[in-house]
Amino acid sequence: MGAFEQLLNGFAVAADPMILFYSLIGVTLGTAVGVLPGIGPALTVALLLPVTYGLDPAGSLIMFAGIYYGGMYGGSTTSILLNTPGESASIVTALEGNKMARAGRGGPALATAAIGSFVAGLIATLLLAFLAPSVVKLALVFGPREYFALMVLAFVTVSAAFGDSARKGLTSLFLGLALALVGIDGLTGQARLSFGVPQLLDGIEVTTLAVAMFAIGEALFVAGQRHRDDSGVLAIKGSIWMTGADWARSWKAWLRGTFIGFPIGAMPAGGADIASFLSYAAERRATKHPEEFGHGAIEGVAGPEAANNAAAAGTLVPLLTLGLPTTATAAIMLAGFQQFGLQPGPLLFVTNASLVWGLIAALLIANVMLVVLNLPLIGLWVRLLTIPTPWLYAGILVFATMGTMGANPSAVELGQLLVFGVMGYLLRLWSYPIAPVVVGMILGPMAEQQLRRALAIAQGDPLTLVQSPVAAVLLGLALLALVVPMILRARGQGEVLAHLAGNED
Amino acid sequence: MTGTPDHDARRPPGAAPSPRRVDRVGLIVAVGLAALSAVLFWDAARIPSTGGYAGIGPADTPRLIGLGLALLAAWAAWDAFKAPAEPAPAQDLPPILWIVGGLGLQLLLFRSAGFSIAGGILFACTAAAFGRRKLWITLPIGIVFALAVFAVFAMLLELSLPAGPLERLVFGV
Repeated sequence: MGAFEQLLNGFAVAADPMILFYSLIGVTLGTAVGVLPGIGPALTVALLLPVTYGLDPAGSLIMFAGIYYGGMYGGSTTSILLNTPGESASIVTALEGNKMARAGRGGPALATAAIGSFVAGLIATLLLAFLAPSVVKLALVFGPREYFALMVLAFVTVSAAFGDSARKGLTSLFLGLALALVGIDGLTGQARLSFGVPQLLDGIEVTTLAVAMFAIGEALFVAGQRHRDDSGVLAIKGSIWMTGADWARSWKAWLRGTFIGFPIGAMPAGGADIASFLSYAAERRATKHPEEFGHGAIEGVAGPEAANNAAAAGTLVPLLTLGLPTTATAAIMLAGFQQFGLQPGPLLFVTNASLVWGLIAALLIANVMLVVLNLPLIGLWVRLLTIPTPWLYAGILVFATMGTMGANPSAVELGQLLVFGVMGYLLRLWSYPIAPVVVGMILGPMAEQQLRRALAIAQGDPLTLVQSPVAAVLLGLALLALVVPMILRARGQGEVLAHLAGNED
Repeated sequence: MTGTPDHDARRPPGAAPSPRRVDRVGLIVAVGLAALSAVLFWDAARIPSTGGYAGIGPADTPRLIGLGLALLAAWAAWDAFKAPAEPAPAQDLPPILWIVGGLGLQLLLFRSAGFSIAGGILFACTAAAFGRRKLWITLPIGIVFALAVFAVFAMLLELSLPAGPLERLVFGV
């Protein structure tokens, strides 16, 4: 069956009223957390994992994906009206978007962001649908060594290729890898790093780690900041509709952003934030109005907002077809699949075809819901921004601990939350990236298993790892992704990379 | 979400590099990583080595990661001496202590006092960290908020949250 028929079947699954309801909850929550600074899609999905334990797997996963998409939409609202990004992929949106809002053009800025997100989400989700079956075919020839090589590549691109220091990224990655060792070894049943504490035999929950790092680490960092930026929310003045000139300048930027964002998300090359930076750079180069950049150029909003949505959809390609998460949100979504006993990868397309295609179809529907939520109802979301910071963070922390207690009401679990929260705070304070810790934590044990399987097949000969052409090329790419940025930084050309810091979501 | 809305928050423009020759933070990181590496090697030493066909067993991955951490520790120490120290953003300690204290109290109290009271204390402490120090106002608000959360998630969605005297009084659980 071709992708088209599969997708039609998917719509049959997604049109179920319950599934539509889940996806509506997902996109609504996603928009809300996207709008609220200090809380993003990765944290939200982590908090909801324990809550969805007893619910319908398809519905829950569709809800998570809706949160991811919604977060990308909502983040732009905060960037434009508050000059503080609602989540990390909207940092560049603030550059031009906030200037537009200050000049009384907040409406068109919000509109181009929302419509651009819609266009990009639509095209990128269709690309996902038609690309996924071919990647699945490719993945079927992958053996343990190819998977291991692919994971090594993902490790490097997530940690060392972008950001201001390869050392800091790798340090975060190895912290995650070390934490992942705690508990029982999946292949032999040997307990590792559990120090005789029975609760540690189960390992460290990725949700506990993510909640601690994202919610508590962030709250500590913001609370400790001596100079808090208290610039108020800008009111939306004038019409929210775009003029003909706005449309003419936006549509090319949307398409460019989509075709920059999707491959960046689909290849293990970092997440939505990197895509949005690259798109901004491309718009700056392509524009016919260079004098407007820095003073509110609409292309600078349209391109990056399309790019971050396209990248979010792109991220789902390696996640669904290979089981390979390349962002923190994708890593936690993988944990979500595992919670329901599902392992993303080529087999999922065979054994759970209706779930996968239902998910893809639901995302297309969610995209329509999102543009409705984010354009006519924009006033509602703006009101969220007026919640005073103390109440906002107090509420976030109560929810954070609620999620952890719901998963496992033990003092050991809450203790971990506190310890990792302080660790997340220190990482933030000393500008170490957070995402590699989470990705290392979830991908580490998978990489270990593939490595040991590959070596077992070759009876312990380490050369086997480079003897397959695919694996050799992937490892070669990983080496390049590690070495080239280091040379660039050493030669003083690292500034661009620092701006591309793929950070949280 | 992001911790630093803009890079300027982290590195204020015009902030001179620290006059200190050694970056203290870098050294702390180096020592921490070295200690973690030592723990991994120490734990691996106690695991029976059963490589089997693979030639590597459950003790070898920790050694590999331990080696990586040791190298990163050396790199951090090298940078601490060679690279100019990066100024960390200015931070106040009291708000940090409020939140850590709130989490600690919740950890100690959640079994006996229940979700809502422990959560309310955390709520009030966090609000205090952000400048709302009137505990006689924030604590009741926090408890009511946590009770509402309990109602939705424990009663409606059947999540198992620890119940205390207050939950028993209100919901009879």
